[in-house]
Amino acid sequence: MPVITYRQALNDALRAELTRDKSVILLGEEIGIFEGSYKITAGLLDEFGPERVLDTPIAEEGFVGAAIGAAMLGMRPVVEIMTLNFSLIAMDQIVNHAAKIYGMFGGQTPVPLVIRMPGGGGQQLAATHSQNLEVWFAHVPGLKVVAPATPADAKALLLAAIRDNDPVIFLENLSLYNTKGEVPDGDDVAEIGKAAVAREGTDLTVISYSRATTVALEVARQLAGEGISIEVVDLRSLRPLDRETVCASVRKTSRAVVLEDDWLSYGVGAEISATLMEGAFDYLDAPVRRVAAAEVPLPYAKPLERAALPDANDLIKVIRELLDATSFSPPAAGTAGTST
Amino acid sequence: MAERRKSAAARGKEPAAPAKTGDSGHFPADEPPERLLGYYADMVLIRKFELSADQMYKRAKIGGYCHLNLGEEATVVGLMDALQPSDYLFTNYRDHGYALMRGMTPGAVMAELFGKSTGVSKGRGGSMHMFDTATRMMGGYGIVGGQLPPATGAALALTYRSRPGPDAEVVMCQMGDGTTNIGAFHESLNLAAVWNLPIVYVIVNNRLGMGTTVEAAAGEPELYKRGCSYRIPGERVDGTDVVAVREGAGRALDRARLERKPALLEVMSYRLRGHSVVDPARYRSAADVETAQAADPLPLLRRRLLAAGLMDEARAQDIESEADKKVAAAVAFADSSPDPTPDQLFDYAYASPVANAAHALPGDPAVVIP
Ligand SMILES: Cc1ncc(C[n+]2csc(CCOP(=O)(O)OP(=O)(O)O)c2C)c(N)n1
Ligand SMILES: [Mg+2]
Repeated sequence: MPVITYRQALNDALRAELTRDKSVILLGEEIGIFEGSYKITAGLLDEFGPERVLDTPIAEEGFVGAAIGAAMLGMRPVVEIMTLNFSLIAMDQIVNHAAKIYGMFGGQTPVPLVIRMPGGGGQQLAATHSQNLEVWFAHVPGLKVVAPATPADAKALLLAAIRDNDPVIFLENLSLYNTKGEVPDGDDVAEIGKAAVAREGTDLTVISYSRATTVALEVARQLAGEGISIEVVDLRSLRPLDRETVCASVRKTSRAVVLEDDWLSYGVGAEISATLMEGAFDYLDAPVRRVAAAEVPLPYAKPLERAALPDANDLIKVIRELLDATSFSPPAAGTAGTST
Repeated sequence: MAERRKSAAARGKEPAAPAKTGDSGHFPADEPPERLLGYYADMVLIRKFELSADQMYKRAKIGGYCHLNLGEEATVVGLMDALQPSDYLFTNYRDHGYALMRGMTPGAVMAELFGKSTGVSKGRGGSMHMFDTATRMMGGYGIVGGQLPPATGAALALTYRSRPGPDAEVVMCQMGDGTTNIGAFHESLNLAAVWNLPIVYVIVNNRLGMGTTVEAAAGEPELYKRGCSYRIPGERVDGTDVVAVREGAGRALDRARLERKPALLEVMSYRLRGHSVVDPARYRSAADVETAQAADPLPLLRRRLLAAGLMDEARAQDIESEADKKVAAAVAFADSSPDPTPDQLFDYAYASPVANAAHALPGDPAVVIP
């Protein structure tokens, strides 16, 4: 299987869909001549022309709304918002229009729209340009929200999102674009709403999505060397949420930590914790723990930014605390352990 | 900073026709030579500061996004000289030159770029977010159009506390050409018109928003006309000519000051380089780059001052090495300043302290069981 970047996987998926379906069009700021702020759409203007790849003025509310209208008449627009932060200007169109039109008008007109955008901090872009607002979207019925962690999922979920008949919020992450992974060549379409067990384990489950999944996997690999067996559940889709996969994993491991890049209060971890209360309470050996961003407007200065964002060390610290609190003792170092 | 201007009305000036180039024109007869030399010194300072910022970015002393005023020096200096110290300024993220000309020290601006606690925003904002209450610089803003509604509201506040007149406080709100396409521009101008607000909206038309030309993005590419729907008069001036910019800004500010009415000023400028320091600007044609370089306001003013006999080569070099020294001192100050420390992370979380404010670091439990 070819190994490509997350960026290339997205580019491949867009090219494939533009080729397959004439109703697919791309809209966004700087996606054509400039080839995309993060070069996700590189080459597509040359290949498909300005009728399929539309450079827009800086007018997020306008072009997101226009994409909704085009979708209502049967187009399949894929909108790029340069970063998630700028989607706030389009929020009314996303929440009051894209998410409502199908249901509020009695199911007469679907809105097959994809809005792609990268979020994430850690690049010293300061408070307004570093946000993780996934729960803003995940809270809204009528939207579907996916957040792939790997190049393979990026492609498979983007194909699925474009073919889906509902508005799909497709969350990318700035720090994932250069990551690499195996991606099948063909038409591998994911099922929206399904989590993946990204790594099997028996002692503790880390639940995460997007960039955080790559951190969780790295930590799981590291702790395996100490005989700690971590299962990583990659949510992939935040709405709908695959509660069953999450609960099944924790029923097996009895310990759960959520690693999320958003702010703690009202975050994804809060929803997962509530889900586990309902679906795995009797199996839990200790309360669910959350590792999330400090609740401040993210500062520019590197030492402050680093302190505010969750990283592998924070996750390891919490995993150890949780294992200690539940009297976990690993088997002989070097072998993956079994649970309590 | 050059000596402060008198209001254009006080000098009995007629509005000038939009000039084409800053190269051939004569300086106004009553323009004090020292003031012109001051402009040159200010423009050189911005130029050297920005070139240094570019270097420091490449050395990883500066991170994040970093947008420079290279090519816009005459625009920045002319606009800022037209302001009075009591005026308020809001800008976009391309704000280093404005911060310097408004009176922040090069050291404190560079320290902000370095993310140091001695920076104008205490290292929390970085390049896009210069702020200083003392000089009434109310912020550089990174969200396109974000500064417009707050600037409009600042002008509303002024109507509660001052009367129109030559000393009235007013607001200047700077933005780029691409920003005139966002809803906030139109909503703000309309509010300013219906509320008669003392505000001047300044469009720095550097002909590009990232890689997009004005013609590709604006239904009315003569941007000074975009105030029409709100009956806000617009004027276009040559942004490579510092005096023309100052005079145009003066006329607009007079309208805000004396009549308490909004005005729109379009300053035709050029961006010498990419959108930000990391943009190689491959989308620009060779001809476009050549045009921009030919309009570089620094050599233009230098040549004009030399030709008019107002400055000799030795004086020019003095001015330039003076700027070098200031910038080197700014870098040294920034470099030796302390980093903010993680224990300061929750400082400034709220202006009114609140008992339950979240102070958890990543991985801290949200609730501690007693
Ligand atoms: C709402 C929003 N959309 C998009 C961006 C990304 N962006 C930053 S600067 C810029 C171009 C702005 O161009 P212009 O207004 O002409 O200002 P210039 O950079 O030329 O000074 C864009 C699209 C943003 N910061 N905010
Ligand atoms: Mg511009």
